[in-house]
Amino acid sequence: MTKPTDSRRQFLQKVALGGAFAGTFSLPVWAADKSNLAYDLPKWMTKPGKGFSNYGQPSPHEKEVIRWISANPDAQGNGVSWTPLHDLQGTITPNGLHYERHHNGVPQIDPTQHLLLIDGLVDKPLSFDVASLLRYPMISRTCFIECGGNSNSGWRSNPIQSKAGYAHGLVSNAEWTGIPLKLLLQEVGIKAEAKWVIAEAADAAALNISIPLEKLLDDAILALYQNGERLRPENGYPMRLVLPGWEGILNVKWLRQLRLTNEPAMTRDETSQYTELMPDGTARQFTFIMEAKSLITSPSLGMMLPDNPGTYQISGLAWSGRGKIARVEISADGGETWADAELHSPILDRAFTRFSLPWHWQGDYSVLQSRATDETGYVQPTRDALVQQRGQHGFFHYNAIVSWEITEQGDINHVYGI
Amino acid sequence: MSTGFKLFTALLLITAFSHSYADAEYQALGKHAEQLSSQVQWHLTITPDGKGLPIGHGTAEQGRKIFALKCAGCHGPAGIGGSAEPLKGEVGSLTSEYPEKTVNSYWPYATTLFDYIRRAMPINDPFSLSANEVYALCAYLLSEDDILGKDQELNEENLPQVSMPNRDGFIAIYPDKY
Repeated sequence: MTKPTDSRRQFLQKVALGGAFAGTFSLPVWAADKSNLAYDLPKWMTKPGKGFSNYGQPSPHEKEVIRWISANPDAQGNGVSWTPLHDLQGTITPNGLHYERHHNGVPQIDPTQHLLLIDGLVDKPLSFDVASLLRYPMISRTCFIECGGNSNSGWRSNPIQSKAGYAHGLVSNAEWTGIPLKLLLQEVGIKAEAKWVIAEAADAAALNISIPLEKLLDDAILALYQNGERLRPENGYPMRLVLPGWEGILNVKWLRQLRLTNEPAMTRDETSQYTELMPDGTARQFTFIMEAKSLITSPSLGMMLPDNPGTYQISGLAWSGRGKIARVEISADGGETWADAELHSPILDRAFTRFSLPWHWQGDYSVLQSRATDETGYVQPTRDALVQQRGQHGFFHYNAIVSWEITEQGDINHVYGI
Repeated sequence: MSTGFKLFTALLLITAFSHSYADAEYQALGKHAEQLSSQVQWHLTITPDGKGLPIGHGTAEQGRKIFALKCAGCHGPAGIGGSAEPLKGEVGSLTSEYPEKTVNSYWPYATTLFDYIRRAMPINDPFSLSANEVYALCAYLLSEDDILGKDQELNEENLPQVSMPNRDGFIAIYPDKY
């Protein structure tokens, strides 16, 4: 490197001085002709922006877009947090907003200390460490995971006045990447009498639940990645089950063991919980599939319609545990008349499908509803029909049509129909 | 084998196997785990036939004291009314207008009660209870609704024989009809 000449050094010093006193006396008069645009542009265009970040965060202006936590005050790791579906668009749930259901907190698992054991009715029990599993061939699958207890306030006699996501957001949609479970089951060798698999988690509830072997051999994934990055701790790090279309509890997080058996274990979470009490006193058990459902996320409770009359883009989500969404209809008169919504690509099997429809509001009282039909022909029921069929004490698997009342003032309330 | 030939072979494999993960070529990396699989910490699940129950015993009177000390904080001093779920009473309420799903009114198997207490309770200190303590807690809760005699000791032999009131109350939707 060459040493700067004296003249260049003097020039640099003058510029530095000029910078400190710009506009006062050091610059010639012609420089202050007011054609500088700094005052006409937003301030973030006239100063360098912030530097790089190792892990990006949402804008501070979006700090209200959060999971809403509902936990037991005596046991803060026992509860749920709801995805703010009403604040999101598209179909992929950001990892920091994926819903949570924990039975006793989020375990802080050291992946080098974690093993998956597959044993029971197998030819040879095998254990797998995380480093080995990362070397297996992987597939990616975009699908929803929905808690069996999602939307359970719908069973109550009075409609809950919570935002869309905070009543129906125990469902999220992500791209899960991992190992087809079939590969690992083939490796251990399945004995002919094996019919069920007892999955167990490495959390402080040691959650255990029975899963039909058939499902694990069909489309189950041992997921290691969520939306491209390794699983978040609250979503099962370092590994979890993903069972497309089946209720959340079966998608066991922090998986430590799969034991093949010939019968279900009748664990707490398949008997006292995640079963649906019917009016005759019996309970539906092993109700694995999440039925078709849809929800208008905008406009919805907590928003309002500012222009009267005005044009609004009705937008929402539909999903089905049985397959693809075939149709979503929208009603503005509480189900008297229906119009087909546009379904946005991609329309994936057992994944969120975004729908929309422009709506010209004339300022009159309206009740907005959406109704999903899946590719098997199953049609999302009205609340009356669901309650007629199941009573009001099933708690789980509530998938009825949701109604948003629009008042003449443009306010939005949750109602159970007109 | 020349490098060129190896590369050629590798490409062939990709062509042959990339169409389906089921055919993918991969290295089986599972480690033999007979010994691991025989260890007690990998046998936490207890099935209705009693398989997995540890040797031990306890009575309702012993359980009452443990309950007051370790459970009543969340479940209420009488096993109802706390922040946690109600555990006893309400037997026969399932067809009423306000059914209550307590352990004694709803749970079909007593083995599940042992399994769940041992793995998950007390919620602030899971796996801290001895087998005898868990038997005692089960005996206490069950005896409160006369599912078990007040003086009857519970152990690994008779726990699976306990007949829960709602034993036949569940209708499996899988696999016949979803």
